[in-house]
Amino acid sequence: MSERMHAEIRRVLRDHARLPVDPDTLDDSADLFQAGMTSHASVNVMLALEDAFDVEFPDRMLKRSVFESVDGIAGALRELEVEAV
Amino acid sequence: MAASRPATPDQAAFLEELLKHHVLVATGVQGVYGKGDRFEAVRLGFDALLTRVAADHGAAERLRFPPLVPRRLLEDTGYLSSFPHLAGAVFSFEGTESDAAIQHERASAHQDWSEFQQMTDLVLTPAACYPVYPAIAARGRLAPGGILIDTGASWVFRHEPSGDPARMQTFQMHELVRIGDPEPVLAWRDEWAQRGLELLRGLGLDADLDNASDPFFGRQGRMLAASQREQALKIELLVQIAGPEPTAVASFNYHRDHFAGTHGVELADGATAHTACLGFGNERVTLALLRTHGFELERWPTEVRSQLWPA
Repeated sequence: MSERMHAEIRRVLRDHARLPVDPDTLDDSADLFQAGMTSHASVNVMLALEDAFDVEFPDRMLKRSVFESVDGIAGALRELEVEAV
Repeated sequence: MAASRPATPDQAAFLEELLKHHVLVATGVQGVYGKGDRFEAVRLGFDALLTRVAADHGAAERLRFPPLVPRRLLEDTGYLSSFPHLAGAVFSFEGTESDAAIQHERASAHQDWSEFQQMTDLVLTPAACYPVYPAIAARGRLAPGGILIDTGASWVFRHEPSGDPARMQTFQMHELVRIGDPEPVLAWRDEWAQRGLELLRGLGLDADLDNASDPFFGRQGRMLAASQREQALKIELLVQIAGPEPTAVASFNYHRDHFAGTHGVELADGATAHTACLGFGNERVTLALLRTHGFELERWPTEVRSQLWPA
């Protein structure tokens, strides 16, 4: 899957996740909440992803598990048929 | 103006009974009531009982605040992101003598006079525990073991007009706030959920505990609510008051480091503390007792009377 999508997800995380570490040091499968992302920060990540990818997450995706890793976010975006940035 | 939630037939009938028996007194605004003698006898009895139970389970320090808090406090805690629809801010007149005259003229005709009102430094207290965190942070690092605070029955405000007598816009919430290391704080919250259940069942109420979430605003709120449920951060104590759904009369909340991080509450070793609070809605417990046992207090079961009004 697209390198560009992952790069854009990481850009959003850098700008909005308020992580105590650089997101680029985390694996795609690393748990972002374990890494220090708060619930309130995850909401900002969700909104920023919607802007960046021009999508709207449906209610069923508005939960913690969808936003807990770069892979999880990419999976949700692919499900919404986001092809490329 | 916020849309009013209409009452269900059962809620409307119960409210009518409460008003007819002068248990509640109408003010002309939904969700804002005067309280009659019987209501207050029950409310004060329950509040004192809660204070006694709390004193039997840990030395709580009393800390009281008025029904207003600095606007800055609401701004710092993110309340306006999570609950913009529930907040109430205090506005007051600023202007010239002629402005005052126009304001009076419009107000007398019940027209819009808001243009002469400016936001003050105050907002209505949204929850009894909100002013506790900065007050504790200002003392410096916590002593080992943390701290337990009893706020007493504190007036709070939620802008949600409703025809359900159990959904008031302003009511008294009696909170206990535990601040300390993560594990004992969470254990305290869980112990109190069980204790609260036993307390209400001991008063003859058909009460149950359930995992719950706060009424966060909007789409982002749905995500916060789902997250809160997934982490079991909020437990509610539910009782049937007026149907069809049971009403939450108390909640037991684990905040992790949300409030302590915002206000800089530190443990003895300098790490950010964790916090939990529990709150009993005085009015809702009172209404639940009145609905269950009736309006004739002298006919209530002896074991309930002896707890609320010990000799």
